Amino acid sequence: MATHAQTDVLGSDRSPTAGMNVWRTAVRGLRHRRVVIGLGLVFALTGAAAGAGWLAPHDPVASDLGRRLLAPSAEYPLGTDWIGRCLLSRLLYGLRLTVLVGVLTVLVGGGLGVVLGLVAGFYGRLWETVIMRATDLLLSFPYFLLTIVLVAVLGASLLNAMVAIAVWTMPHFIRVVRAVTLSLRERDFVEAARALGRSEPGILFRHVLPGCTAPLVVQASVFCAQNMLMSASLSFLGLGAQPPSPELGAMLAAGRTYLRVAPQVVAVPAAGILFAVLAFNLLGDALRGLLDRRALATL
Amino acid sequence: MILYLVRRLGGVVFLLLGITFVVFCMMYWAPGDVTLMLVPNVPSTEQIGALRREFGLDQPLLVRYARFLAQLAQGDLGTSWIDRRPVLPEVLNALGYTLRLAASALTLSVVLGVAAGAVSALRSRSLVDETVMMVTLFGISTPVFVTGLLLIYFLSFRLGWFPTSGAGTWRHLVLPSVTLASFLLAYNARMMRSCLLEVLGQDYVRTARAKGLAERRVWGYHAGKNALIPMVTVVGLQVGLLLGGSVITETIFAYPGLGQLMVSGIASRDTPLVQGCVLVSASGFILVNLLVDLSYVVLDPRIRLTGR
Repeated sequence: MATHAQTDVLGSDRSPTAGMNVWRTAVRGLRHRRVVIGLGLVFALTGAAAGAGWLAPHDPVASDLGRRLLAPSAEYPLGTDWIGRCLLSRLLYGLRLTVLVGVLTVLVGGGLGVVLGLVAGFYGRLWETVIMRATDLLLSFPYFLLTIVLVAVLGASLLNAMVAIAVWTMPHFIRVVRAVTLSLRERDFVEAARALGRSEPGILFRHVLPGCTAPLVVQASVFCAQNMLMSASLSFLGLGAQPPSPELGAMLAAGRTYLRVAPQVVAVPAAGILFAVLAFNLLGDALRGLLDRRALATL
Repeated sequence: MILYLVRRLGGVVFLLLGITFVVFCMMYWAPGDVTLMLVPNVPSTEQIGALRREFGLDQPLLVRYARFLAQLAQGDLGTSWIDRRPVLPEVLNALGYTLRLAASALTLSVVLGVAAGAVSALRSRSLVDETVMMVTLFGISTPVFVTGLLLIYFLSFRLGWFPTSGAGTWRHLVLPSVTLASFLLAYNARMMRSCLLEVLGQDYVRTARAKGLAERRVWGYHAGKNALIPMVTVVGLQVGLLLGGSVITETIFAYPGLGQLMVSGIASRDTPLVQGCVLVSASGFILVNLLVDLSYVVLDPRIRLTGR
């Protein structure tokens, strides 16, 4: 899917640590309209998620049966659901959960993937065989089905869903990092670092890893979006977060019954998921355009 | 080539053995006891014991798995624990529904996706291109359950054009197909665009232009054909995934496909049913992937498959 990310770094013969100007790239990024929009949306999203405690007008799980399915009003800006809970508050706390799931699964699954990918690409031999075979195996499963089985068996909870999603994230990161590492390890600057007496792990993390930054940033953003979608889907099926937790997928599933009488019950969480996923996809897309010298690869 | 095929088919068998064993273990350790659900009121120990013997639940894990394999070798997927009907016809019936849905969704998404992607690449960086990219970004960011519920609200509740759930007539197929296709279409359009742009940067395209070929021939013959090769991989993967049933779409529209069947089997801890569904969908997924790999030989003469 996203294995064809190419970078500036690959073309240059200088060590990324010596040649890469993080700040210059960042400033260049701010001149791109789409990067700014993507970043703006992601900031807005994380702001809403982080500030849910202050921004939410009501308790997201406190119900008031006297105020069921109200239309938007001054007191309830987005209306209420079927047991009188404030939809705006639930949306804000829901976004918090969604962002948390996206970021954590990428940090854990992606982080493990990066380490394994570096080892496989740099050391080769048995390491590579074992790691890449395992990766191929994981990718040849019809994964969504197995995730469903896994979560159903472990017990339906947001934590178990996150574990399953993180496992699914890992092989994709392994592939990207290994591909970049394979081409970087033959570079002169790696040889130079070795001649200067740097330790192997030192070379790996100081000279090879920075070269993977560009594809990794894109990959992380895209997988954040991807994983938020997946967790919302699992919750929608009743296999992730459980009610009364304000998880957006779970809210949608429960609100489905009221679609005809009070569409806001469905529209609010739906818009929330769409906004969150779109923000990260947009950022990933824009960053790819910026970092990819040939500006070709899309997905 | 023959050697390659033999090796790959051997791999398929091992992979299927692995998958069924993993699922078997998961169902074995899953909390919840199917026998308690089947006996009404307060079950006596005798009743429970009789059921456990009947299902072979009193046997150790490996013995049960060996029995499952022995049955499978005779083409028998066993009997459902819940409704006591043979699993195979039930799974095949659901597969039929799933295939119909997958076929219509894929046709929509491939035809429209490839067309949109090609137009987008042809008019790269134009307003059309920007619009297609923006719309498809929304497409890949919208979860299928959101698309599905939107369609139900507007086309079923408001306009009353299509039924909200069930299966049988072509009307039942429209909303689920469109729901599934909208996501895949967006994905395919973006993929097609990037493949085409990638190909256009290749030397042979420059050569074709340099020798004075008409632009239409460069696009259609040299660029188009080569851009379709990676598309085969992408679409093949989608076929494989759709064969397993699109659980969420099926759930929204109460469509009796393979995904629905499997989820209901998991919920009731009906191991034979779950195994049957997993086996059928996993075989489909793996075989389609194999076919995709084989198709490269036909599509790209530079590729030779070896038995190594």
